[in-house]
Amino acid sequence: MDWSPLWISLATSITATVLTFVLGLSAAAWRESRAGFAAALIDGIFLLPLVLPPTVVGFFLLLLFGRNGPLGKLLMQFGATIVFSWPATVITATVVAFPLMYLTARAALEQIDPHLLQAARTLGASEWRVFREIALPQAWPGILAGTILSFARALGEFGATLMVAGNIPGKTETIPIAIYFAVEADEIHRALLWCGVDVAISLVLLSGLYLWTRQGHPLRSGWGYD
Amino acid sequence: MPPTALDVQIEKQLADFTLEVAFRTSERPLSVLGASGAGKTMLLRCIAGIENPIRGRVVLNDRTLFDAEKRIAVPARDRQIGMLFQNYALFPRRTVAENLAFGFADDDRVRRDRKVSSLVERMQLGGLESRYPRELSGGEQQRVALGRALGIEPQALLLDEPLAALDTHLRSQVEMQLQNTFATYRRPVLLVTHNIEEAYRLGEDLLVLVRGKVAAFGPKDEIFQRPPSAEVARLTGCKNISRARMNADGSVGALDWGCRLRVGHSIAKAPKYVGIRAHHIDFIEAGGAQAGTENVFPCHLSQSSETPFRITLFLALDSRTDTANETPLQAEVPKEKWQRFRDSPFPWHVRLAPESLFLMNE
Repeated sequence: MDWSPLWISLATSITATVLTFVLGLSAAAWRESRAGFAAALIDGIFLLPLVLPPTVVGFFLLLLFGRNGPLGKLLMQFGATIVFSWPATVITATVVAFPLMYLTARAALEQIDPHLLQAARTLGASEWRVFREIALPQAWPGILAGTILSFARALGEFGATLMVAGNIPGKTETIPIAIYFAVEADEIHRALLWCGVDVAISLVLLSGLYLWTRQGHPLRSGWGYD
Repeated sequence: MPPTALDVQIEKQLADFTLEVAFRTSERPLSVLGASGAGKTMLLRCIAGIENPIRGRVVLNDRTLFDAEKRIAVPARDRQIGMLFQNYALFPRRTVAENLAFGFADDDRVRRDRKVSSLVERMQLGGLESRYPRELSGGEQQRVALGRALGIEPQALLLDEPLAALDTHLRSQVEMQLQNTFATYRRPVLLVTHNIEEAYRLGEDLLVLVRGKVAAFGPKDEIFQRPPSAEVARLTGCKNISRARMNADGSVGALDWGCRLRVGHSIAKAPKYVGIRAHHIDFIEAGGAQAGTENVFPCHLSQSSETPFRITLFLALDSRTDTANETPLQAEVPKEKWQRFRDSPFPWHVRLAPESLFLMNE
């Protein structure tokens, strides 16, 4: 039995979730303090991967990272190719998960009582300190929900990944892709097994995260301020 | 300590009017009184640096915090101005001690602990250090918020409706604590309120704000005794204001009450209004001065409204001519006094003492 799809899926989803967390949160924090047409347009662009079919996302990514794409060419100069490599699975998973993190984080940040942030400023706190010590802990439940959603989306990513990363066993074959090709090849037991693994991972991780957040505020112990 | 002063001269466009305020205040606590929506909170926010005016300047002890022309706008974090928010804005995930220490978190532990315990003592928060804001009463929350603001050793202190969120029975106690804090603070204090009594008790000077403009500014007693305008009189709680007309003989006709009055102090050239506070109206009890004596008028009771210890009587003067258009005089009397004359037959006699009447030019 080849367990590589499990490790690839986990590595991809975790890496993509970390990237999404940082990118989505930064984008949300950046957008929060802006208004106007340009910001609304950027909003639309950020949310596109959520509404477009995965095939469209995959196709755009191919155009971008392909041999003749602007990013593809640039990376080629450093001797790196993205298409049909493991990083491609991470990039596609990040792109499709990003809108979920962005949306939930922004909603959570908008919910914060602005007086708390203003009070922190009058007390001499820098913008970074206001964000890290006041905004982030206040928005934490929403941000966590966004992280969970992003992880779930990354773990389930199939269409765009297949187009950009292909199905290379041991390299880019994630669990959803393994399931698809198992069904294609009529290997029902293998498909069932991977389905079971997928359900198990999701359940363990999601309920684990849920329990973890119930134990007080993770940021209090983890981010070291007193 | 050198004398300190806060110089404010700002202009800021609000939803339906422009906030246009200029004043200078030093160590005497200044109450900013105004109806809700008069721009009081915005004024504080502009001074604290949370909002920027479109024109004007804010100077605190020779330090320019804002100057539209010179394009100076010191960010709120560098202004060293303590602000008490109306809802206190305590950080809900931090304990009392952590809230208090927020403004000097960079100090080393020893210094920080010493400062926290001095604030705890000063704000009478002993034993509450490890509580969270939601576990505190309203009065305690207010003390934490004030202590947190004082923790940055602010050069000025701004308080936005400091008592509005408190239950009535807590107010007088918290008011006294605030007065004690102001007494030792000796730097500019601005206190915003829509409550006349709070404004009077907590401030030494008073600034009355009407739709974004300064309607009165000066020592509080001057403004309460001689409001410059009908608007200010109303805002400072004057219930009786009548249109006035100067008569040839030097008396003043109160058009809305239907009487001629002698007014004690020097008479303005063309007064538009005359006013008297409800508790300044005297009742002449049996055997006292008679009708025809200066400023004594017979009247009838048209309505009354009671509070536990006082009663407000709405009186129509018998001398009135135009019954449809006249506003009754409101007199406020302690109940004990009311008991003594409530059963006397009409007409009653009221005296509007010349020294209690004031004239207003607008």
